[in-house]
Amino acid sequence: MELIIFVAAAIGALAGGVGVIASRPPVRSALSLLLVLGSLAVLYLALAAQFIAALQVIIYAGAIVVLFLFVIMLLHARTGEARAEKLRGQRTAAVLLAAGFLGVIVAVLRSRPGAALEAAPEGFGTAQAVGRALFTAYVLPFELASVVLLIGIMAAVVIGRPSGTRP
Amino acid sequence: MTVPVGAYLALSAALFALGFTGVLVRRNALVVFMSVELMLNSVNLSFIAFARQLGAIEGQVSVFFVMVIAAVEVVVGLAIIIAIFRTRDTVDIDDVDLLRG
Amino acid sequence: MDSALLVLIIAFPLAGWLLNGGLAGRLPRRAVGWLGSGTVGASFLLALVAVRRPAVAGEGLTVTLYRWIAAGEFAVPFSLLMDRLSAVMALVVSGVGFLIHVYSIGYMGEDEAYSRYFAYLNLFMASMLLLVLGGSLLTLFVGWELVGLCSYLLIGFWFARPAAATAGRKAFVVNRIGDAAFLLGMIALAVGAGTLEFGGLTVSAEAFAPPVLAAITLLLFAGATGKSAQLPLYTWLPDAMEGPTPVSALIHAATMVTAGVYMVGRLYPLFERAAVTLTVIAAVGALTALFAATIALVQWDLKRVLAYSTISQLGYMFVGMGVLAPEAGMFHLTTHAFFKALLFLAAGSVMHAMGGVVDMRRLGALARPLRWTATGFVLGALALTGFPFFSGYFSKELILERAFEHGRGGLLALVWAAGLATSFVTAVYITRAAVLTFAPPASPQRPRDAHPHEAPPVMARPMGVLAALSVFGGVLGARAAGAPLLLWLQEFFGLEVHEAGAPLGLTLLTVTVGLLGIALGYAAYRQRREMRLGAIGVFFERHWGLQPLYDEVITGLARRFGRALADVVEVRIIDGAVNGVAALAGRTGGALRRLQTGYVRQYAAVILGGTVLLLGYWLLR
Repeated sequence: MELIIFVAAAIGALAGGVGVIASRPPVRSALSLLLVLGSLAVLYLALAAQFIAALQVIIYAGAIVVLFLFVIMLLHARTGEARAEKLRGQRTAAVLLAAGFLGVIVAVLRSRPGAALEAAPEGFGTAQAVGRALFTAYVLPFELASVVLLIGIMAAVVIGRPSGTRP
Repeated sequence: MTVPVGAYLALSAALFALGFTGVLVRRNALVVFMSVELMLNSVNLSFIAFARQLGAIEGQVSVFFVMVIAAVEVVVGLAIIIAIFRTRDTVDIDDVDLLRG
Repeated sequence: MDSALLVLIIAFPLAGWLLNGGLAGRLPRRAVGWLGSGTVGASFLLALVAVRRPAVAGEGLTVTLYRWIAAGEFAVPFSLLMDRLSAVMALVVSGVGFLIHVYSIGYMGEDEAYSRYFAYLNLFMASMLLLVLGGSLLTLFVGWELVGLCSYLLIGFWFARPAAATAGRKAFVVNRIGDAAFLLGMIALAVGAGTLEFGGLTVSAEAFAPPVLAAITLLLFAGATGKSAQLPLYTWLPDAMEGPTPVSALIHAATMVTAGVYMVGRLYPLFERAAVTLTVIAAVGALTALFAATIALVQWDLKRVLAYSTISQLGYMFVGMGVLAPEAGMFHLTTHAFFKALLFLAAGSVMHAMGGVVDMRRLGALARPLRWTATGFVLGALALTGFPFFSGYFSKELILERAFEHGRGGLLALVWAAGLATSFVTAVYITRAAVLTFAPPASPQRPRDAHPHEAPPVMARPMGVLAALSVFGGVLGARAAGAPLLLWLQEFFGLEVHEAGAPLGLTLLTVTVGLLGIALGYAAYRQRREMRLGAIGVFFERHWGLQPLYDEVITGLARRFGRALADVVEVRIIDGAVNGVAALAGRTGGALRRLQTGYVRQYAAVILGGTVLLLGYWLLR
């Protein structure tokens, strides 16, 4: 059962990934990204990370992808990729690097056969469990994260403002 | 049949590779950005996998923070892209070559 | 108090230098001149006093001033020494020096740089006295170098004149060549003898093996040839005539140039044991004497005649040193100081009277207006030719006689023959000079506005004193009068004393040769006749072929070497290296610049590439 879920979600993720990088219209890329994010949420559930799966859907799929779509529409995003590739060897480099990277990872994975996953402990991955960690051991990063969010908002407002307006 | 953790990691690696290929090959700034998100997510996946394997909740906490920061990054990044678009009327990142020496 | 004497002898002129130099322009003219002369006069008097000290006649009066060099076992104290030899030198130097200083008061009276002149002249006196009174070879060398410096300063006194500046430089550089040899010899001595003090060197003279001693003494003699203008380092002396005439009289006739002779005499215990060197010295001296005399014959510049004459007479002194007759050499040094200084001062008087003209082709018939000067010149000339019973007669005779005996039956007889021939030529050229300058008729090219007037007393009186010394100074070495100086020095040198006088025939021969020379000179040049010497004249004029050799070969070589260094080494190698480094930096930068494409994707590719590599390395280790 778990295997089927995994395979399905994996195929979805990979297909979406290819779609993101290979689609001509940006909208299609954004929707492919949505597919990836959804597949990943499923995988998170399979890995006993329910809370995170929920967050994934809410934040990523719900907010970030929407933001992307808005901007794509705002910019009538021209692809500009009708022009020929200016940088020589870029494609080759990409392929080589991808191959190299994957090669390394596969070699590592082969060398240490991983054990099968045991059953998850009780209450692992729940909102409670994550929350407990966040508010005790990681409360400082948590608070700082909120500050970062604030700064991000301010930055976006400032940068995104049309030029010429007064502060 | 349980899925070995290595499978998740392999998937994560594949997604990561796809992501950086996109960064290298595509010229549309928005698509590049999405590829970056792809990479981030692949890393999230491996974090979650390890958290599950080691029974440590810290992995998931990390993912939480990654998401927060990713959100902020997307916001600011898109704002920048918009600002550049306003002055240059292009989202082709090859056109932004002012650092050329 | 004895020690103070020696120090004061040097200190006085040194103070004169400081005062005249430091207060230049603030002292009235008269004060400057008499201050400068007074210090030298004081030195002379002090030297007179010091000479009477018993120690001087004995093993010498020594004063150690301070511990100068002390390096392990090698020590050279800064000391002064007055023994018989240095006493003679000190007296001659300070005495003649005083007379010339007084003369300068008149001669340089109109010159703007009056104070500078007397300051330099005093400095010279102090340096020369340091040289003469030095107690170690190193102290002597200090004085040696200092007089070289003063010579440069004084030759180039009118430094605005290019000829003078060049001449000063030439003198310094040629001297330097000799000094290099001198230094080498000195170092060898220091290494071999372990000391440079004269007392110690005398003692250690026997310890040297003959070849080593020959080498050392040859090196030292080479140094002497530079300072005393012998072959091959003579070229600077004629050019040195660019300086003021009293300077020529003092430095380039009476004192500085004799330093080489003095140095040989000072180290005679070393030289007398090196037969090879002695032969070389005698040969070089004789050759130079003849060589210079022939050149003097074809000079038109009165001062240059005297300059070559000095070179020639210095050759005689070296002959004396080389034939184991050092006291004869020193005696000739003394008489030469008298009559050569007189000749120069007379020449200066002529220049003073004729507005600076010194070319004999434009002079003539000056005997009437310049009676005193003319008389002085003639007396000096007679002494130079060795006219009987003048001072030069005794000293030159002695040298020729000793040369004859020393070279009897061998190749060294050539030394005597050269000396005799030189005598002849000397007589001819000095007569020529006298006739062309003083005898009527006057030259048609005489300057229009010349009103020749006799020298003022301040110039005339020193000439008078020197004239008296030139005529009567022979008494110091005349056998009939007991030859006091000769005997005194003979005892000092401690060599075998020849009691028998010269064979009469020899003396007659020498005298006849001299008289013949005078007669020929008069006959050939009176009435301003030009005796055409033809090819021989040209040969003499070109220094027997040395002049083209020096000019083209040696200086040409040096010039080409300099050119090579300037054009190749300096421009291409040194500048090239520096510029090359800069260019390299530039080009490297230019090349590296191509990495900055401005394309983010390329940067990303590079970063990723590096990351993959690192990852691979870490994970697969």
